[in-house]
Amino acid sequence: MWKYTLRRILATLPTLLTVITVCYLMLHLTPGGPFDSERKVSAAVLANLQAKYHLDLPLWQQYLYYLNNLLHGDLGASFRYADWSVNDLVAKALPVSLLIGGLSMLIAVFAGVVLGIWAALRQNSWLDHALMIFCNVGGSVPSFVIGPLLVTVFALWLKWLPSGGWNEGQWRFVVLPVALLAVINLSTVGRVMRGSLIEVLSSNFILAARAKGLPMSTIVLRHALRPALIPVVSVLGPLAISSITAAVVTETWFSLPGLGKLIVNGASNRDYTLVLGLVVLVTFVAVLLNLLVDLAYALLDPKIRY
Amino acid sequence: MPYLIPKSVTEIAPAARSPWLDARQRFVRNRAALVSLVILMLIALTCLVGPWLSPHAYDDTDWNLMGIGPTWDHWHLFGTDELGRDLLVRTLIGGRISLTVGVLATLVSVSLGVAWGAVAGFVGGKVDAFMMRIVDILYAIPYLLIAIMMVTILGRDFYLVVLTISAFSWMDMARVVRGQTLSIKSKEYIEAARAIGVPTRRIIFSHVVPNLLGIVVIYTSITVPGVILTESVLSFLGLGVQEPMTSWGVLIHDGANVMESSPWMIWFPGAALTLTLYCANFLGDGMRDALDPKTR
Amino acid sequence: MSASDQAPTAALLQVQNLQVQFATNDGPVYAVNGLSFAMQRGETLGIVGESGSGKSQTALAIMGLLARNGRATGSIDYQGRNLLALSEQELNTVRGSQIAMAFQDPMTALNPYLTVERQMTETLQLHKGMDRKAARASAIRMLDAVKIPAAASRIGMYPHEFSGGMRQRVMLAMALMCEPAILLADEPTTALDVTVQAQVLALLGDLQKDMGIAILLITHDLGVIAGLCDQVLVMYGGRVMEQGSAAHIFHHASHPYTRGLLGAIARIDGQGGPLLPIPGSPPQMAQLPSGCPFAPRCAWADGLCDSQVPALQDIAQAQSEQALRYPARRACHRPVELLNLSPGEEGAHV
Repeated sequence: MWKYTLRRILATLPTLLTVITVCYLMLHLTPGGPFDSERKVSAAVLANLQAKYHLDLPLWQQYLYYLNNLLHGDLGASFRYADWSVNDLVAKALPVSLLIGGLSMLIAVFAGVVLGIWAALRQNSWLDHALMIFCNVGGSVPSFVIGPLLVTVFALWLKWLPSGGWNEGQWRFVVLPVALLAVINLSTVGRVMRGSLIEVLSSNFILAARAKGLPMSTIVLRHALRPALIPVVSVLGPLAISSITAAVVTETWFSLPGLGKLIVNGASNRDYTLVLGLVVLVTFVAVLLNLLVDLAYALLDPKIRY
Repeated sequence: MPYLIPKSVTEIAPAARSPWLDARQRFVRNRAALVSLVILMLIALTCLVGPWLSPHAYDDTDWNLMGIGPTWDHWHLFGTDELGRDLLVRTLIGGRISLTVGVLATLVSVSLGVAWGAVAGFVGGKVDAFMMRIVDILYAIPYLLIAIMMVTILGRDFYLVVLTISAFSWMDMARVVRGQTLSIKSKEYIEAARAIGVPTRRIIFSHVVPNLLGIVVIYTSITVPGVILTESVLSFLGLGVQEPMTSWGVLIHDGANVMESSPWMIWFPGAALTLTLYCANFLGDGMRDALDPKTR
Repeated sequence: MSASDQAPTAALLQVQNLQVQFATNDGPVYAVNGLSFAMQRGETLGIVGESGSGKSQTALAIMGLLARNGRATGSIDYQGRNLLALSEQELNTVRGSQIAMAFQDPMTALNPYLTVERQMTETLQLHKGMDRKAARASAIRMLDAVKIPAAASRIGMYPHEFSGGMRQRVMLAMALMCEPAILLADEPTTALDVTVQAQVLALLGDLQKDMGIAILLITHDLGVIAGLCDQVLVMYGGRVMEQGSAAHIFHHASHPYTRGLLGAIARIDGQGGPLLPIPGSPPQMAQLPSGCPFAPRCAWADGLCDSQVPALQDIAQAQSEQALRYPARRACHRPVELLNLSPGEEGAHV
């Protein structure tokens, strides 16, 4: 198992390295960017840049310094803000994104699995159809259309919840963003779970289990669930990555001071180094999540034991 | 006791059918796909022709009728924004841009994907492994971030936006084309054709291309909604096409700001976008059902 | 004492006029039509037929495991209860503990995600209320009985870690855990090599003697039938073409289809000439011909055969104990004598 883990970790390195290198090099092409001698920045910012990026050295040395910084967890200096490094800005924004992202993912996975199982066991009933329509809508309607819908219903009409803002994370401000992200992710999880369970339930070994006189609940929980969860787990990786998009939209829409908002603002401000640092960070997180999913997959399927 | 040879058993062979005819029949039977195709064509037509028919230009400001809801008055069927600009025309113009970006980005990513996949599949070996490794790496990257990065660096010029969007939409096509090329390469009819001396060019055009065409059409129709969505997301975040151009994403972004007072500002472009995406998705599903050799 | 004086002993399993139909997009498909038979304790009944003849569906109907769009009518009496009329919960008390089924392909019939131990002990825990340890010991004993070497260490493994022949034995062991009265064995040897086939059949025979179970053996292979079965049903197109004792089927087959099957077997004793396959292919169950299902491929078929389904009728037999227990029947319009003519004598039909 450990060898498998190590191999998977090693496999992620090219991805990380490619992203870091490509983005880093792209910054060098930028006219007026951090590595261009014609950059237009204040003296304070320039001092920061010099300290972190060693701008006088040849390119390959700068690159190595940068990698070294990254290994120490230093994401660099901001191109616009002299007082805050990228790490500072991230530290303020990360908890927000983690809370929203983590909570919504948990809800989406849990609810998606439960609803998917329910729908599979009652295939073609009205419940199944209703659920599938819901998942269809949640999965194909863009996040920035569902967002306004939620706000219109819950904030403008019913006036139960605020329409945006963070207010230091008071629960009322958390509900709608989490709901939006959860609905989007739940749609995928629910659909995959349902399809996968239906397929597993039509296997020969389930028929054999029924032939043993086992009650349906035992069959579903003991025989069907483990194989049925495998496609669900393997979809969690790409789901996490695609939900980054939805998360950025959500934070922008609800004006939440998270990483998504930070990167969008950074892009608007042409804060190149901030955007670079954030891209590297989020890619790292995405790769890490994918790795965890791979490992979970190996745990579920006894046939995979490298 | 030996079994007697019986009377002859005649079998009726099924009538031969061209796979394209077959596909067209299957497609036509799929109601949802057919309706979607019609709706999409109507939307495209309206966006193209509508602005010429409208009494308003998209940047005409009418100080008397600022921020009003939908009304028959002056043909402001979708209402106006806070500067008195007619929303219907702006939605149609926005549609033009969104659809144009969609088509262009699809063309670029399809070309790239087909070329990449065909070369990888045809050449095989280490080249193939390397090319596919790159595809795998790109899959693992959250595209929006890189798109944001590219927009930050390269700017928001129209064609650069198209490029950015294309950069992340070609991987599915590449993978699928590579797979199909690999399987065609090893098919016996290719060997047979070579054995009887058919020139390579003929082989490529008569055998390889028609078999690739089906899958390319399927994945093109799947790429289109993805690309339109990407453009909308970028525009919504303020990182897509720039003023004075507008697209559905931009309109939704603008509408979001005034949602409480003027909800129509967001709902009309939002509905247009959602409807287009839905229809494009159904169309893609229909194509896949009709053309996918595996589901025959 | 003549046959008519003897009061018939209540059969262990009595199937009367079983019909299985499936509702499909192309219309109803009649997989089984008018099947009747009886099984006694400790006996083996063989059902022979090509794929699509309805034999597997018969077994599934007995277990109540037909697909969602399938319905079975008629009656299947076990211990005085009609299995077709039982609810799912009631059926669950019968399945596994009284009537067990061993499936055709052990690779797909064993759950690849659970250990063999888990799959074997769960029936004991469920039906006999045993605890884990006792059930495990029992499972190991059963694996020994089916001749799996090193059972105690193998029991914790997953199905994919066993060879094909061993998986089949594991499946048999699993089915027999609760010592059921009846075992339905669906093509137990089809997925195996010939040498392994012989071993598995011998095993079945031994188990039957030891445990006194009745076996319903489903197969397309007449050779398998010959070794093990007391009674044989020959099915085609969902109907019984001929039934009787094994001796009758092999020595006095009187239906064109049975004859055809026998003529297509290679014989090790050198008897019989060239192999004569039955021309044509099995019928499409969704488009069964009216009349006898075998008529399109039958050398003796006439107009009546094409238009009217033949009823199952008794055949005159030499009196013997076998003949009494398993009366021979055939479903054919054409008289038996016709089949006994050698080619050329038949006349204008060929």
